[in-house]
Order: sequence, then C-alpha cells, then structure tokens
Amino acid sequence: MARNPHTAALDDLEADNVADGPPVGTLKAGVNRMAGATRTLAALAEGKAATAWRWVLLALVFAAGAWAWASGLLPSMYDLREDIVYLLDQHVRLVLISGGLAILVGIPLGVWLSRPSMRRYAEYLIQVLNIGTTIPTLAILALSMSILGIGTLPAIFGLFVATLLPIVRNAYAGCQSVPPHLIESATGMGMTPMQILMRVEIPNALFVIFAGVRTALAINVGTVPLAFLIGGGGLGELIFQGIALNDFAMMLAGAIPTALLAILVDFLLAQSQFWLIPRGVNPLR
Amino acid sequence: MIRLDELTKIFDTPSGQVVASDRVDMEVPEGEICVLLGPSGCGKTTTMKMVNRLIEPTSGKIFIGDTDVTKQNPIELRRTIGYVIQQIGLFPNKTIEDNICAVPDLLGWDRKKSRARAAELLEMVALDPGTFLKRYPKELSGGQQQRVGVIRALAADPPVMLMDEPFGAIDPINREVIQDEFLRMQGDFKKTIMFVSHDIDEAVKMANRIAIFDAGKLIQYDAPDDLLAHPKNSFIADFVGGDRTLKRLRLITVGDAMMSDPPTVRAEDTLADAAAKMEEHGHISIVMVGPKGRARGIVYLSDARGAKGRVGENHKKLPASINAREDLRTAVSMMFTHDETSLAVVDDDGFYKGYVTQRGITHLLGATYRDA
Repeated sequence: MARNPHTAALDDLEADNVADGPPVGTLKAGVNRMAGATRTLAALAEGKAATAWRWVLLALVFAAGAWAWASGLLPSMYDLREDIVYLLDQHVRLVLISGGLAILVGIPLGVWLSRPSMRRYAEYLIQVLNIGTTIPTLAILALSMSILGIGTLPAIFGLFVATLLPIVRNAYAGCQSVPPHLIESATGMGMTPMQILMRVEIPNALFVIFAGVRTALAINVGTVPLAFLIGGGGLGELIFQGIALNDFAMMLAGAIPTALLAILVDFLLAQSQFWLIPRGVNPLR
Repeated sequence: MIRLDELTKIFDTPSGQVVASDRVDMEVPEGEICVLLGPSGCGKTTTMKMVNRLIEPTSGKIFIGDTDVTKQNPIELRRTIGYVIQQIGLFPNKTIEDNICAVPDLLGWDRKKSRARAAELLEMVALDPGTFLKRYPKELSGGQQQRVGVIRALAADPPVMLMDEPFGAIDPINREVIQDEFLRMQGDFKKTIMFVSHDIDEAVKMANRIAIFDAGKLIQYDAPDDLLAHPKNSFIADFVGGDRTLKRLRLITVGDAMMSDPPTVRAEDTLADAAAKMEEHGHISIVMVGPKGRARGIVYLSDARGAKGRVGENHKKLPASINAREDLRTAVSMMFTHDETSLAVVDDDGFYKGYVTQRGITHLLGATYRDA
C-alpha cells in the first residue's frame, strides 16, 4: 500500500482547506504539540536536570503566589469565590451544551454528507461551511443575538454554530479519506451498507473526526467568555467587568479559571483520542 | 462450479455505450483455477465482479452449482464467496485475528471456533499465530498482508473464490513464494476459483484453464499448454508472446519428459563393460549407481573406450542431477549452466530414475505441433 491512510487523511484535510489555515493549523499543531508534550514528559521523567527544573518551576510558582498574596491580589480574588463558582458553573454548562449539541449534530451530518447519495451536493455544502469558519466567532455571536435576542439561548446557538463547522468538515473529510478498496473489500465479503459504515468507515475516519472535535472544542472554550457580551453569562462576566473597572483581581478571577478550563478540556480530549482510537488507525500510538 | 451463460454488461458512459462483457459463455469446473487474462479494459475484471454482483449484469445468467446467483440476495451471496483484491483491503482498525474472522463474524459463527480457525489458517501460510494474531495490518509487510488477505477470504470456507490480481502488487520473489503457497493450499482445499491476472507467466503457473479476453469477448478458453501450443488467432499468439513454447517448459515436469529404465554401471564393473553398454545404447556417458541404486558418478565414453580398470576408480563426479518433480524450465536452465545435453533424474531419496536430454525435450514439445 503506497498511501498511509492516516497521514493521507490529514494531507487531504490540509489540501481541502488551504483557504482557511487556522483550524487545520490548529489541528496539525495540536497533533504535533501533543507528540511533543509526550516526548517532553518522557524526557522529564528521566534526566536529573529535569528534576532541577521542576524545583525551579515550583519556586517560581511559589514566588508568584507569595507576591499575589502580598499585593492583596489573592485575597481580593478569594472574596470573589462565590461569583467564580456560580459563573464557572454557568460557563461549563455553556461549553457542555453547545459543544455536546455540536458533536451530536456535527458528526452525523458530516457522515451523511459523505454518503454516495449526497455526493452531488456535499462539495457545495462543505464550501459553504468553509466560508462559515472564516467568520470571526464574535461576529457569529453578534449575528445570533440579532436573530434570537439576548440571553443564554442565543449564546448557546452562536457557540453551537461556531463549534459545528469544524466537526462537520472533519467528519466529512474523514469519511472521504477512507480508501475505496477498503469499502470494496467490505462489500465483496458481504457487509451491508450499515455494517460497512459502522465497522469500516467510521473506525477508519475516527482519528480525523476526533481531530475535528478537538479543534472545535478549542474554539468553543475560547469563545465562551465572549458569551457574556450577548447576555450569556459565564466567566466572561468577571473578565470584561474587571477590564471595564480596571480591577486586576476580578479580571484574573475570570481569566485564570477560563485558561485552566481550556487546558483541561484539551488534555481530556487528547487523552481520549489517544486511548479510544484503535491502535491500528491511531498515528499517535 | 461456476457457469456463465451469455453474460453481458453494457456501461452507459458520457461518450456512449461501452460493452465491457459481450455474451460470455464459460464454465469453471469444480475445484479448478480459471485465470481470466487479457490487456487492460478487456472486460476480465468486469466479468469476474458480476459473479459476486459487485457489478450487476445487463443480461445473461451466472450459476454457482445449480443456483442462479442473479436471483439471490447479493449480501448473502457474497458471504459464500471468498474475495481477494490487489490492494488487499485489510481493515486497518482491526487486528489480524479480527480481519481473518470478518466473514465468520458476519455469518454469526461461534467466536471460539472462528478464532481457532484464524490461528490454523495463519499457520498454513507460515505466519506464527502467537506473533501475528493481535497485530494490526500496518505492522505487517506487504507480502504478509497479502497472505492474510488470502486466508481471510478462506476463513468461512467458501466453495468459490474470486481473486482480482491478488499478487500483482508484490515483489517478484515474494510473489513466487506466495503463489507456491497458494497452490499448495489449493491442493488441499480444492476451491473453484476465478482469478484475474494480466501476467501470462502467472496464468500459466496458476491455472487449470486460461480464458483470454479482448474487447469484452472471450477469445479462447483452454488449458495452459493447449493455449500456448495452439493459439487460436494472432491476437492470442501476440498476447502469450513469441516465446510461448518456452513458457510451456514450465508446464511439463521432468518426470514426463524423462527416459526411464536407463542403463547403469556399478563401481565393480570394468571400464570395458561400461564402454560396451554405452555403445549398445548409443550414449556418450553412463551413470554409476551405488548398491541401492543412488546416482554416484558418471563415466564418459571417451574416457572408458580402450581403457583398463574398474568404474569405481575412474568415474567422474556427476555434474548435475534434477528431481523428477521439477519442471523442464529448471532442467533446461541446469543443462545450460553445466554445458550438458543430458541430465540424470533422481527422486526425493536420490535414487537414479532416468535421464532427460535436450533432444528429448525438443521432441516432446514439438510433438503437439506435428499432431496438429
């Protein structure tokens, strides 16, 4: 076999989306970053120099904490704890609902577009979706507000749309990149179209699909703070108010949990990508 | 048995209708390998793919045994036909074990039974089950993958197999090995096989019968030797190549071309006796055999004539000998290598059985042309 299906999938994806670099860039960068991180961790686990660095890092964190405490930053952040908890809860709900819906709708939609019966329309629809991804997420939220008013619903809808596009696109590209001879071989041995989809096409597209979900959720988590602007709530409330009031502590009280949440979501997805996708079709393993 | 009855496929293309298979009539007898051969676009693949209905025929019938498959449910039909393609098509997401068990799983076989069968089949193609069962396809070499591709098609023990240039993408050395392996398995399994190829040498090696196609029509359907000896028209003659008589060498074993009951001498015989024996048979050399009849050496007439002494002290080393099961191609090659016009033929245990000569071989190959 001349073409490695997995890298081919990524290549195809890249070729598909020359016009809009960022999501695919993120995707590839994400893969590279993760591979890099694994290597770094491995290296850390070994050498003694690594242990030394760990101490330096801990010392820095301690120094920063001490400074934050001494300057009154931490105590004033601590005073906001009830707000943080309440808004974090709201924030996480926004991520889970909009992201969850986008995954639930996006993957089946992308897979459906890749069916032979849809071939005639799929390319046009994907082009429309590609244009959609170039719209800044803030503009999507604004458009959503202009249709649905203010509140949680337009925020969820706007986030849903922004998250949906990369998922659909990758699910479609993933299914398209399954080599035709696999499908021929599956058909020839007597699989029904549904069996071919579930046992051959989706498992072999899974890595690309997952990459789409990861990109999409990175966009989602990054956009949720903006939901505050259209009355969606979330930790954006602390960040924007902090900026408006020039209240450093309030701003950080919103920004730090937001950043930690983004890191956590990406970490969880990376782990599930690593462990859930069968070894035979997982370039990371 | 596979029987095609007036099988026709017409494709509608933007540039008009294309007849891919034109009223093909043929029958593959039970347990035989039929190679469909021809240049690209001659309709051989289309014809084969109609058998498992990956392509629906425009008209005509296909029988497997007594069943008309054009009336059968295609999904069920395909589960009873082994299918091997050139790109192999192992599922990268499944282990080798699950790949082999793909059809048994579709048929709802007991898991233990199908897994045991997978291990058994892997051993047949000399892949260690302990090592390979849990591996993924990407961890295997091309040759190993194609072996798995073949045994996957055999897993549910289908009576009929379709193979679409199965060994086309494998390097020549591995291809020979896999072909031999496959022929050995076919010797046990006796499947009825339709095999598409574009390689005449592969066809001659594998086939019980060869069907040559051109522009959708079945031009000639014959046993390999008949096809090579008597091509029906200039297209076939060109296709099988100008060296077609040489290709026939592959089809005949040394045993078939051998002169049996050869004269022999023993170590205790005198050179004079040896010379007399050679002159009696008109030979220029004679093989010395041991007490039980193993070929031990050779005495040349030029050395023996007028000389004194015994064969045991004056024989020469046998330049070459060949097993009776080898084909004539190997025999001729060996003759050229050793600059000999005859070779001693031995069996598996080294017993001297007879000899082949260049004259004998040319005579044998020529016989079929004289008869015609």
